[in-house]
Amino acid sequence: MSDEYEHKLEAKSDYTTDASSVSAPEIDSVPEAELPDQELYHSHSWWTTYVFSQDAKYIGIQYALTAVGTGLLGLVLSWLMRIQLAFPGLGWLDPAAYYQFVTMHGMIMVVYLLTALFLGGFGNLLIPLMCGARDMAFPYVNMLSYWAFVVAVVVLLASFFVPGGPTGAGWTLYPPQAITAGTPGSDMGIILMLVSLILFVAGFTMGGLNYIITVLQLRARGMTLMRLPLTIWGIFTATVLAMFAFPALLVGCLMMTLDSLLGTSFFMPAMVSLGETLTHEGGSPILFQHLFWFFGHPEVYIVALPAFGIVSDLLSVHSRKTIFGYRMMVWAIVGIGALSFFVWAHHMYVSGMNPWFGFFFATTTLIIAVPTAIKVYNWILTLWRGNIQLSLPMLFSLGFIVTFLNGGLTGLFLGNVTVDVPLSDTYFVVAHFHMVMGIAPILVIFGAIYHWYPLITGRMMNETLGKIHFWITFIGSYAIYFPMHYQGFVGVPRRYFEIYDSPYIDTSTLLLNKFITIAVLIVGAAQLLFLYNLITSARLGKKSEKNPWKANSLEWQTPQMPPEHGNWGKELPKVYRWPYDFSVPGAKEDYIPQNQPPSEIIGAKVEKT
Amino acid sequence: MSDSSLENLPKGWKSVPSDLGSDQTAFKGVQWGKAMMWIFLLSDTFIFSCFLISYMKGRASTVVDWPNTSEVFSLDFMGVPVPLLLIAIMTFVLITSSGTMALAVKYGYEKNRKMCGRLILATAIGGLIFVGMQAFEWSKLIHEGVRPWSNPFGAGQFGSYFFMITGFHGTHVSIGVIFLFIFARKVYRGDFDTGRRGFFTTMKSDYVSIEILGLYWHFVDLVWVFIFAFFYLW
Repeated sequence: MSDEYEHKLEAKSDYTTDASSVSAPEIDSVPEAELPDQELYHSHSWWTTYVFSQDAKYIGIQYALTAVGTGLLGLVLSWLMRIQLAFPGLGWLDPAAYYQFVTMHGMIMVVYLLTALFLGGFGNLLIPLMCGARDMAFPYVNMLSYWAFVVAVVVLLASFFVPGGPTGAGWTLYPPQAITAGTPGSDMGIILMLVSLILFVAGFTMGGLNYIITVLQLRARGMTLMRLPLTIWGIFTATVLAMFAFPALLVGCLMMTLDSLLGTSFFMPAMVSLGETLTHEGGSPILFQHLFWFFGHPEVYIVALPAFGIVSDLLSVHSRKTIFGYRMMVWAIVGIGALSFFVWAHHMYVSGMNPWFGFFFATTTLIIAVPTAIKVYNWILTLWRGNIQLSLPMLFSLGFIVTFLNGGLTGLFLGNVTVDVPLSDTYFVVAHFHMVMGIAPILVIFGAIYHWYPLITGRMMNETLGKIHFWITFIGSYAIYFPMHYQGFVGVPRRYFEIYDSPYIDTSTLLLNKFITIAVLIVGAAQLLFLYNLITSARLGKKSEKNPWKANSLEWQTPQMPPEHGNWGKELPKVYRWPYDFSVPGAKEDYIPQNQPPSEIIGAKVEKT
Repeated sequence: MSDSSLENLPKGWKSVPSDLGSDQTAFKGVQWGKAMMWIFLLSDTFIFSCFLISYMKGRASTVVDWPNTSEVFSLDFMGVPVPLLLIAIMTFVLITSSGTMALAVKYGYEKNRKMCGRLILATAIGGLIFVGMQAFEWSKLIHEGVRPWSNPFGAGQFGSYFFMITGFHGTHVSIGVIFLFIFARKVYRGDFDTGRRGFFTTMKSDYVSIEILGLYWHFVDLVWVFIFAFFYLW
């Protein structure tokens, strides 16, 4: 460490606690408890313990397993689609099945995997633990939220078994084609999809109210909002976004259900289908697009913000360094969240909107790059001169930064109207959104699972298998999506079930399709390895110490690990600082947990937080 | 938090940074359920806003003219068609029920079980009358040939939006009425005085629940004012 740096720390020494001036009880004081201790629900039967559990940790695991199970189906669908694209000669899928798989893959991954896993899974597991609460504010409503999600998933999967199969309208479900004959699943499939989404929104609202109130009203003594881990800030802001974005989806779904069942014309213009004039008249298909994307764009950040938050914590813990610019990170999360409500029509540049409208939305879209760039710089500056541990969570976090940067840069292309118009509906778009909201958040999810697995099971996951998993997944995703950027530039359209050998399509794309498919299957196999690791480590993994990563945040400071019902034993924790005091000069250890009283770390040059 | 420490907190705008910068709670002295209802209502506001904005967009872009609402919604009174007659009564009843609800909350906090119960019942009956009159209005319009997909007076979207939005609002009122009856029973049984545990949640009952239900009821009334303005006066 340079002398100059030492000198600066000396200058800050007024923050250091001087043992002689104050007594221990005085410096250890935190504000009085405002509320009596939370009354907990105690289960008495097998059903209320393991099925209709009201313990947030347990609900979080239920959410996560259901989401991952559904996500596996989405993964298998992507394999089937890729085999069809690479080897169209096999006649593997007919066009209808291909569209149905595209649709279900997209909807499952975005809503039923990522949203449910980040907010329902990590939210339930981490919010009470990291805030220092015994449970969510409303455990019963929390339980209902999970079971509404289960019903939503069941309804969604039921659409595979109805006449006509699931809807093949694309995950955006644009009318009029979504409910017009000729689109696969235009009778039953689409109805089940819409009903499932409505159920999902209802279930999510119940969970979301819990997450918001728990963060705002159930924090431990001493836990101010600016001492919360960034994970909580990310999940909290994403939940707020969801509470205001899902209503638009709900309304859009309801209106389309009525269009389909009752024959109303909210979204349906007068049209001729199969030679017959339909009874619909005077509706506006563009209205649905506005409703959908008013939900759809914040949805991108509902997935991204928890990933931002979690990755900040992983980077800080595994590089043993304070997060760079904590407050700026918080404001960036909040700012991105607010801005995300003003950019939705950048998904609709080709819908024939007024050019000035496009200009407005291009401007707001590019403004989002500012807080996002702040975050990327801060992650890199967090690593700067840190004591970087190349553990599994760190590897995945590093993978995230690169991937997110990559996806973010292509976002700048697509955010500009003039560049977007020729690239719209090509594989460039597919590559962009898979990089930025597919691979990037998934890498964080993997990192987070490796990081918090000991908190759930008390055991570590296998490191060697994890490293194989990381390198195949990381390099493999680039093998899959880099060629797609190129395919997009040469004009290969998305959602085609077969790329013909035509004079308009460069022949190199046919070869690339085969290459991508092989990469997809290899990456897919690596995920099975991950699942194997996930399942077997629960029983065979190395026993974990109490705080295996030497982290500061409260979830690792519970009296028992894994934490038991009520989390904190007799007494709730008291919080004295933020969770980022790593490698503090003068401290005995290189980390100072949030609940360690100042009288125990006399002499450490801790900054006031 | 005890009331005395609540009084020492900064007042007015100064309380905003001080509360947000503090530990434990961001809304000082606000019960969890009450904070939850406020946030739920904020989310519900977005639902109704989406409905009404879609309605405005739909109405502005139909190919056929929108029906003349003052004719469609008029009611024959002694042989003379009076526009907005039924709606005026409905609105009056609903707004009045908001008044009785507010009084019920007041008597609840005063632990005046009898008055509180009576006023909640009065509110529930007000809500029931509203839903009844809405059913009457729906059946009258259906008799005149208005359907969700078409109607004899003009653009088909009129019926679509009318039935969907008033139906969605009516569902809100009906849910409110059901809860009002449940709460009236709870008040009469003395649940809120004895802190009897909830059947589902197993948590203790508290008079603050009446205020929370009141928030919902006032919200439903407020939404009606907007629906009234956008559907009947435009």
